[in-house]
Amino acid sequence: MVETRMVETKNDKQSAAVQTPPLTTMAIVAPLVAWLIPGAGHLIQKRYVRGFLLMFAVVTMFFLGLAMQGRVYRPNGGDILDILGFVGDVGAGGLYFLTRFFDWGQGAISQATADYGTKYLIVAGLLNFICVADAYHIAIGKKP
Amino acid sequence: MKLELTHFSAAVLFGVFASIVFGITQRNNFQEQVRYGLYCFAMFVGGVFVAGWVMSLLRR
Repeated sequence: MVETRMVETKNDKQSAAVQTPPLTTMAIVAPLVAWLIPGAGHLIQKRYVRGFLLMFAVVTMFFLGLAMQGRVYRPNGGDILDILGFVGDVGAGGLYFLTRFFDWGQGAISQATADYGTKYLIVAGLLNFICVADAYHIAIGKKP
Repeated sequence: MKLELTHFSAAVLFGVFASIVFGITQRNNFQEQVRYGLYCFAMFVGGVFVAGWVMSLLRR
């Protein structure tokens, strides 16, 4: 009985070792680059069409959000929705740091659809998180 | 620059960008990506119309 359990544990460890993806340089660099520059994680892996389309979607959505007077959240420890708003915004990586550097996204809200702008900014960041995961999956060979 | 979109156009544009990302990231080959992207877009736009009608009926 004990021997059977030991064999099972050994087999589990072996199968886990087989299933663990190889940790290559690209598996680290691609998600990082994809986060900083939307779509670039695909571009450095020579997925040009996908990379440019993702870049177009995320960057355009982010700047449309800014143009609609959306609010860019700053790091905060207050209301849970504000914290989540920051998490969403920071997903856009370099675009978020750009807005902070130029102090964009702080304008006085004067139109009804400004709230859409805020949502555009958050969702652009969240979509970029998906792009980061996709770039990682390509890097480890899980996706073609 | 100030952009003023209607609620409908803002929702449709939202659907376009989200569908592009969903299509590319959630499927593996080109045909499936296009098909899934179009499916997501149709769901977004359909959802906008359904929500619009529901709100219209609730308002009465």
